[in-house]
Amino acid sequence: MDQVLGLTPEDWQAIFLTLRLATLVTIILLVIATPVAWWLTTTRSKLKPIVGALVALPLVLPPTVIGFYLLIAMGPSGPVGEFTQSLGLGTLPFTFAGLVIASVIYSFPFVVQPIQNSFEALGKRPLEVAATLRASRLDTFFTVILPLAKPGFITATILGFAHTVGEFGVILMIGGNIPGETQVISVLIYEHVESLQYAQAHSLSAAMIIFSFVVLLLLYGFNQKQKSIRVIN
Amino acid sequence: MDHNNQISLVLKWPRKSINIDLDVKIPAQGVTAIYGPSGSGKTSLLRCIAGLEKVKHCTLSFRDQVWQSAKHFVPTRQRAIGYVFQEASLLAHLSAADNLNYALKRANPGKPLATLEEVVELLGLAQLLDQFPDQLSGGERQRVAIARALLINPDLLLMDEPLASLDHARKQELLPYLERICHQYNVPVIYISHSLWEVSLLADHIVMLDAGRITKSENFLEAINSPDFPISQQEHISSLLQCKVMEHNEQWGLTRFTLKELTDPVVGQKLNEHSLWLQQCDLSAGQEVRLNILASDVSLSLSHHEDTSISNILPVTIISIEPLQHGLLMLQLALGESILRAKLTQRSVDRLALSVGQNVWAQVKSAALIQ
Repeated sequence: MDQVLGLTPEDWQAIFLTLRLATLVTIILLVIATPVAWWLTTTRSKLKPIVGALVALPLVLPPTVIGFYLLIAMGPSGPVGEFTQSLGLGTLPFTFAGLVIASVIYSFPFVVQPIQNSFEALGKRPLEVAATLRASRLDTFFTVILPLAKPGFITATILGFAHTVGEFGVILMIGGNIPGETQVISVLIYEHVESLQYAQAHSLSAAMIIFSFVVLLLLYGFNQKQKSIRVIN
Repeated sequence: MDHNNQISLVLKWPRKSINIDLDVKIPAQGVTAIYGPSGSGKTSLLRCIAGLEKVKHCTLSFRDQVWQSAKHFVPTRQRAIGYVFQEASLLAHLSAADNLNYALKRANPGKPLATLEEVVELLGLAQLLDQFPDQLSGGERQRVAIARALLINPDLLLMDEPLASLDHARKQELLPYLERICHQYNVPVIYISHSLWEVSLLADHIVMLDAGRITKSENFLEAINSPDFPISQQEHISSLLQCKVMEHNEQWGLTRFTLKELTDPVVGQKLNEHSLWLQQCDLSAGQEVRLNILASDVSLSLSHHEDTSISNILPVTIISIEPLQHGLLMLQLALGESILRAKLTQRSVDRLALSVGQNVWAQVKSAALIQ
């Protein structure tokens, strides 16, 4: 078997699949989480605690629980499954698309919360200033809110990406272990260990440790830098 | 007041801390000071004019435009206002120059009130343009904020105690800039303050607020020259006289001012012209100024003494005597149609047996010139 950096082609396939999944999920999450975070920051609705709790649910639930209900919902007789079948798309479990949806749900709080925190830290004043400077809502979002909340968005991106790379339980429940389709790194490591291929499990696991450490280093290094140029208002 | 050149506000806003209930008309020209103690609803009133608060029972019109009525609410971004917040409000991610450009790009259409070069010059910003807000001092930030509010090309400039967050030295540094802006540009200004000194420097009209209600809305000079003007004991008690520059005396280095009557004199009536000699200033004869005289700089005597070093001696009539703290009394003295205030000890008042209605002589030691 040709090995690159001590990893087999099977390993590399899993790595690329994982990166593709994490990138796609992160982009989708940023698009969905931003308006949700904004709503949670600004709303006076009585629904706020309910929505907040729903968003945070994946933080406390065992991944298997989420995976189990997603499997049922997306399965042939689940509501989502019936819908996708009626569109002629088949069912989502054991497909890459299914993994994307599951990961978006599972990593949602890790992206919403940093963005929401940075929105809350802004306070009302920059928005009022923008309004007195005749900026429209959209204009205000792109020229005031986004640049001032940038630290929150960077944290959210890193956490969303890293958390998706690291997930295991949900993927095993709904994605199984199909090489090139749903076999991500964490699942492949599990597979190596199950089949007693410890050397391969070692190299992949070591790669994951290095990756995670570098990500956290970036995150903390970035946060450190942010502190020295604190937003004043 | 020209009906079409005014801001008319009816506001009922029961808040937790204060019940605001007012109906006021403010001239849409010159500088109007909203004056009152902290927590009297000044900022709430200004925020309603700006549209930053959406209050249910509020009717507001500016000149011929309705900004808010029962069914109608013009959002802040569509009101032609400039707003200077109490504390620094610069956009933290933009340099001073980019904060100004932010306003320039979004300015109200029409002939600009001021150009970028002009405000940079007027507010002394040339050295600050490359700096970010966190590199500027509090006073510098407020100067940039004021420049930014001018560059939006407002029809109405709203200032919410722009000096309140600054220390005394910074206030003194910023006040001349504010005076220049208020007098140079033909834009109505509504200026919130709880400092009578700031109001004396800037205001043409005063709206007095107490516990959410309007207690007075009138020409500022008339207001402060009426005996019922509420004098806050925290402030340096003073009087404000509208005067005219008459002549300069090079030999003594003095300038003579005469008191201007507030209302037009009746034709043919002989005017008792009161003169004050003060340190020479570089104003030309005929120019009008305000003189601010601290109550502690005014003393009284029963007869006209020639053997005193004080050269400004004016005939006055005592119209009220009110107690202050620490055994001091404030006397209000009628001087023509103006009011001079003096701070005396109880002992002096007893010794001279001063009483309301008495004609005495006021000696004025010094006065501050307000242009």
